[in-house]
Amino acid sequence: MVPIYHYLLLSVALFTIGVIGVLTRRNIMIILMSIELMMNAVNINLIAFSNRLQQVTGQVFAIFVITVAAAEAAVGLGIVIAMFKNKETMNINEIDLMKW
Amino acid sequence: MNFLDLIWLIPLFPAMGFAINGLFGKRMSKTAVGVIACGAVLISFVFSAGAFAQLLQLEPEHRSHTVKLYEWMNAGLAHTKGGVASFSVDWGFLLDPLSAVMILVVTGIGFLIHVYSTGYMHEEDGFYRFFAYLNLFMFSMLMLVLGNNYLMMFVGWEGVGLCSYLLIGYYFHKKSAGDAAKKAFVVNRVGDWGFSIGIMLIFVTFGTLEFTRVSEAVREGITAGRFHVSDPLLIGIALALFVGATGKSAQIPLFTWLPDAMEGPTPVSALIHAATMVTAGVYMVARSNFIYQMAPQAMTAVAVIGALTAFFAASIGLVQNDIKRVLAYSTVSQLGYMFLALGVGAFAAGIFHLMTHAFFKALLFLGSGSVIHALHHEQDMRRMGALKNRIPTTFKTMFVGTLAIAGAPPLAGFFSKDEILWKAFSSSQGHVILWLMGAAVAGMTAFYMFRLLFMTFFGESRVDHHTEQHIHESPKSMTVPLIVLAIGAVVSGWIGIPVWLGGTNAFEHFLEPVFEPLPIPRAPEAEYSHVAEAGMAGVAVIVALIGFGLAYSKYCKRSWEERREVAQYGAAYPVLLNKYYVDELYDALFVNRAKDTGTGLWRFDAKVVDGAVNFSASATVGSAVGSGWWDRWIVDGLVRFIGGFIKTVSWPIRLIQTGYVQNYALVMILGVLIFIGYVWWGNP
Repeated sequence: MVPIYHYLLLSVALFTIGVIGVLTRRNIMIILMSIELMMNAVNINLIAFSNRLQQVTGQVFAIFVITVAAAEAAVGLGIVIAMFKNKETMNINEIDLMKW
Repeated sequence: MNFLDLIWLIPLFPAMGFAINGLFGKRMSKTAVGVIACGAVLISFVFSAGAFAQLLQLEPEHRSHTVKLYEWMNAGLAHTKGGVASFSVDWGFLLDPLSAVMILVVTGIGFLIHVYSTGYMHEEDGFYRFFAYLNLFMFSMLMLVLGNNYLMMFVGWEGVGLCSYLLIGYYFHKKSAGDAAKKAFVVNRVGDWGFSIGIMLIFVTFGTLEFTRVSEAVREGITAGRFHVSDPLLIGIALALFVGATGKSAQIPLFTWLPDAMEGPTPVSALIHAATMVTAGVYMVARSNFIYQMAPQAMTAVAVIGALTAFFAASIGLVQNDIKRVLAYSTVSQLGYMFLALGVGAFAAGIFHLMTHAFFKALLFLGSGSVIHALHHEQDMRRMGALKNRIPTTFKTMFVGTLAIAGAPPLAGFFSKDEILWKAFSSSQGHVILWLMGAAVAGMTAFYMFRLLFMTFFGESRVDHHTEQHIHESPKSMTVPLIVLAIGAVVSGWIGIPVWLGGTNAFEHFLEPVFEPLPIPRAPEAEYSHVAEAGMAGVAVIVALIGFGLAYSKYCKRSWEERREVAQYGAAYPVLLNKYYVDELYDALFVNRAKDTGTGLWRFDAKVVDGAVNFSASATVGSAVGSGWWDRWIVDGLVRFIGGFIKTVSWPIRLIQTGYVQNYALVMILGVLIFIGYVWWGNP
């Protein structure tokens, strides 16, 4: 049986990669994909603990997260397309209206 | 059909004609407008004739028929001389011999003039407007003569004044017409002021405004000793009413508007300013005879004013060159005759002359209109002459009219004028001076009328070449009324043939119930034989013949020349031509004074009132500048200072907001890491 550390280490690695992607990449599509990565790291965490504790709650939560992720992807992509139509760019640094 | 009970319909037909033509006339054809206007008056005439015929069938003492439609106003109780009385006025109509004569004259001659107008006005703009006004005039005039109380008479009185104003100003694009209309209106207001004072005094004295009841009140008052002859109150009433009459009937001192009123179309001059409206004053004084009999001083004033007016107007008429102005002064002069008759107590003679005058003066005006029509709106007799054979019908009818007004027997004017002259001499209130003035006027009348006839129809033609070629006789619609009126001018006098000529003086007897003498002591009438009366008539005819002879020698044997005419009057000529400078005198005394007052008030307005307004305006502006400064620098300054202060203080903080999403994400993650570190290490 694979110990729980392995799962958690994988999860941490994936999450860190996601965070670094969100913080460093300039392309909105990449940032969105990094966010997906972070959510999937969380999913691994949930399922690992569900298996370890022999409770189905974690798996139910994972299904919820996937569902929300699908919705989020739809909304996020919609925003990205609308933004591209207006600004004709995917560079996050050129979208800086949220300042003083 | 009982026409006596339907007399209230008589004024209503022209009122309907006015409503139809006034509201829809613009979209109707000229024929339709003319038919409606003439038809309305014709129906009125038929009803008047019917009522007259039925009135004749009654006993003389019962010839007074009142129709009360409904109560017009009831203002409640008021204190009067005879105690408390209720001020109540009815829409009531009174038919008695006097009003019967008046409605026959008004509708009969009115109808002929309406027919004439369809021809005369055919080329004019506003054809429908003309006939609407004319019908409105007929309505008002019939209300005036048919009303059974002074207030209804006043309604008609003002109505005819309004129509006179509207029709004098018919050619409103001409300044002179507008001025003349205004003058007529303003001068009439002066008279109306007197009339309204008279009406108020009548109510305060008698407690009623109905003619029959006032008449009864006077009679009862005499028996009961409440009123006596020469009562100052009654003299006041009579004089106030007479002031109204001088305005409407163009007597001294208010006669100046009538000659100017000739600016209106000629049928209007004939109908309103000769035949009917201007006789309203005569009618009103005759109607109030029971008051005048009580005030012999007022009657003397009426007689003197009448004689003076007759004399002065006739003398002005001697030298006027405008054909219509000659006739206008002639009208003023003849109205003076009527007042002379009323003033010496010969009310019936005054009304008799009113009726005959309506015929021949309407005829003369319409004839002059026909001349003007033929000469394309030329009114100056200096540019006429030798029209006798060019417009023969007009000439013949006008010749008849001239004979009638000059008093040639046996035409209408002879009987009525001689009746007046005889009464001026023989009546106890008459005087030989009044008779002398009247006789002189008879001579002048013959002179100026034949001067008019000779200058227009005889001698050499002074018509300019272009107009000369277009002279034409007027259409049938104009000549037929002329012929009918000419017949009237011949025969209308025959109903009053005096006793000395073998007649019965039927007209006077017919009017007797209205002019019944009051039971008051009076000076005994001097007895004169018929020979004396015939002799006086002969003198008047001889005087008129002299007038004719002078006119013949000066204007017919030798054609008119301006130089000769001016020379023969010498220094008097400019005075007469300029109408004794009365207009100038009134201008200097009243018109310019009123204008000066107006200018003074305007100056006061411009300087003081406007000055106060302008001062308060500039004061407001000044204080507004001050409060604006306060607002801008103190109030706004405080707000902006606070805003600027906060802005300055807060500038370092707002730099955090970079707008880069990833910055915010980094801060979030750092925050999360701090939380984690705190949970990891910080928790004891």
